[in-house]
Amino acid sequence: MPPLLEIRDLHTEFSTGAGVVRAVDGVSYSVGAGETVAVVGESGSGKSVTALSVMRLIPNPPGEITHGAVLFAGRDLLTISEPEMREIRGGEIGMVFQEPMTSLNPVLTIGRQITETLEQHRGLDRSAANKRAEALLTQVGIADPTRRLKQYPHQLSGGMRQRVMIAIALACDPKLIIADEPTTALDVTIQAQILELMKALTRDRGIALIIITHNLGVVARYADRVNVMYAGRIVESGPAAEIYHDPRHPYTIALLRSVPRLDRPRQARLDPVEGQPPDLTRLDAGCAFRPRCRLADEECARSRPTLTPVGGADHFAACFRAAA
Amino acid sequence: MSEPLLTVRGLRMHFPVTEGIVRRRVTGEVKAVDGVDFTIARGETMGLVGESGCGKTTTGRCILRLERPTDGEIIYDGQNIAALDGKALRGYRQRIQVIFQDPYSSLNPRMKIGAIIAEPLHVHGIEPNAAKRDTRVRELLSICGLNPNFADRYPHEMSGGQRQRVGIARALAMNPEFIVCDEPVSALDVSIQAQVVNLLEDLREKFGLTYLFIAHDLSVVRHLCQRVAVMYLGRIVEMAESDALFDAPLHPYTRALLAAVPVPDPTVEQGRDFQPVKGEVPSPMNPPSGCVFHPRCPIAVPRCAVQRPETREIRAGHFVACHEVQ
Repeated sequence: MPPLLEIRDLHTEFSTGAGVVRAVDGVSYSVGAGETVAVVGESGSGKSVTALSVMRLIPNPPGEITHGAVLFAGRDLLTISEPEMREIRGGEIGMVFQEPMTSLNPVLTIGRQITETLEQHRGLDRSAANKRAEALLTQVGIADPTRRLKQYPHQLSGGMRQRVMIAIALACDPKLIIADEPTTALDVTIQAQILELMKALTRDRGIALIIITHNLGVVARYADRVNVMYAGRIVESGPAAEIYHDPRHPYTIALLRSVPRLDRPRQARLDPVEGQPPDLTRLDAGCAFRPRCRLADEECARSRPTLTPVGGADHFAACFRAAA
Repeated sequence: MSEPLLTVRGLRMHFPVTEGIVRRRVTGEVKAVDGVDFTIARGETMGLVGESGCGKTTTGRCILRLERPTDGEIIYDGQNIAALDGKALRGYRQRIQVIFQDPYSSLNPRMKIGAIIAEPLHVHGIEPNAAKRDTRVRELLSICGLNPNFADRYPHEMSGGQRQRVGIARALAMNPEFIVCDEPVSALDVSIQAQVVNLLEDLREKFGLTYLFIAHDLSVVRHLCQRVAVMYLGRIVEMAESDALFDAPLHPYTRALLAAVPVPDPTVEQGRDFQPVKGEVPSPMNPPSGCVFHPRCPIAVPRCAVQRPETREIRAGHFVACHEVQ
């Protein structure tokens, strides 16, 4: 069976004053039905731009998807017409963004923002849409939905707004939800509530989930598979347990070593990833992680390594030194 | 334990809530900090943790005397600084410094890095000679792991991690003995956080610094702090040695907070039985009666809704404000 979503050799570029930034530079990954896939990386690694490219939400100019294919349920999302794409956004693919205050419309009621989706995609009339909106709010754990539907985003707390975002993403029974840093702006206890809610809802309904985050703990708790991104490329991908227990790419190894652990007493000093993240306008032909890598040699300067199998099944790393 | 460098006793900071545009009336009060007690020994790093709005930053601002507390004592090296003014306050401010969370908004974008670091030396009249000031600035940059030539750059030319190092260099310029670190690594990327945490540790050893480390990232706090206080709605609910607090938390809020933090290890995560705490933090304008945590607490009994729990020392050095903890 083909995967639900397959991203093939995606390239997205931005023209800036300082030159062309290859924000996404040949990214391929797939998501199976009902699967939870995490995309991990730091600012500027291209994890969000990849997701926005899948939804065709890259502002052009300055951005442009220059190459690749995004196959979703048998169709290439990069070649279908804009009206067809609009059907898919918020229909078969739902989205949850980081900042619920800026992704909700401040001058529309919560109710209107949910019913709009239902009327657009499902052709429901106002009263049917209202009924469904109430049911959705109850499902995402919002008490007193009738009153909440009449409220505006500023009257809700951050956690509540993110629940509304999830309700909108769920409104049309999507097959896939893309969540871009869904809990980064929230407090720890609220973050846990929102993540548990997303896990329960996607598991019960067999919805696939792409969760984009920089939080390695969140990935460990929720993801089936992990893609680690650095400088616009996937440098390592594999089942979550393998990535954590047998990381192969020096960046993944360094990243996991650099985070202090809450469940362990303080040990020695932290072992940070030295150096600064790369300037994407000044990448050369070699491996982008080379300047910060302890294993780098001449070979790493000549060309950028591609993903090759390492260790167990479905485990890949893009590093000349990561051989099994 | 040696004589504490800082003792905070009964600290209260209440902000008025006003209404009306033409005639402003005070209609309420936000009890941002509502009766906080703790001490910090010389050379110690004390963690202050909690979620947004719990009062941890306001506590730090009171200690820095960026706010004048409503009530309570802040005894620094034997002197109550809660109500200091004028010259005495300026003297106190030479001994304490702050590192802020956001390295983007805490550096003036129109000033060169060198001028930013030299400003406190200039303001306090520590080093009137410009050439010597410049030498000191370059020395501070290199202590903080930056190229001394960065003195001639502007903040926008630097990455987030580099800017935070500038913020640290600025704090060190006055040779302080005590630094309030308010979420100093929260805005940084994961790979850069560890660099800055290590720098803070090195500086503590090198200069014998004392830190109040305010943060919501509990993993970093466990790594860096010897003692930790957990705040909820303006009060300290639990305070203990770091390992005691993280290995055997007693207050139900601390337990919920620790359980909510996922650990970067899928095997550990699979073995955890995890139930997120229900509800959200109530408004500090209208806090719940009795124990402020009782509406969300899994072990609350009727008494918790009426009687505010006293802070008790359950084990040596382990303080908890909860009726039900034995």
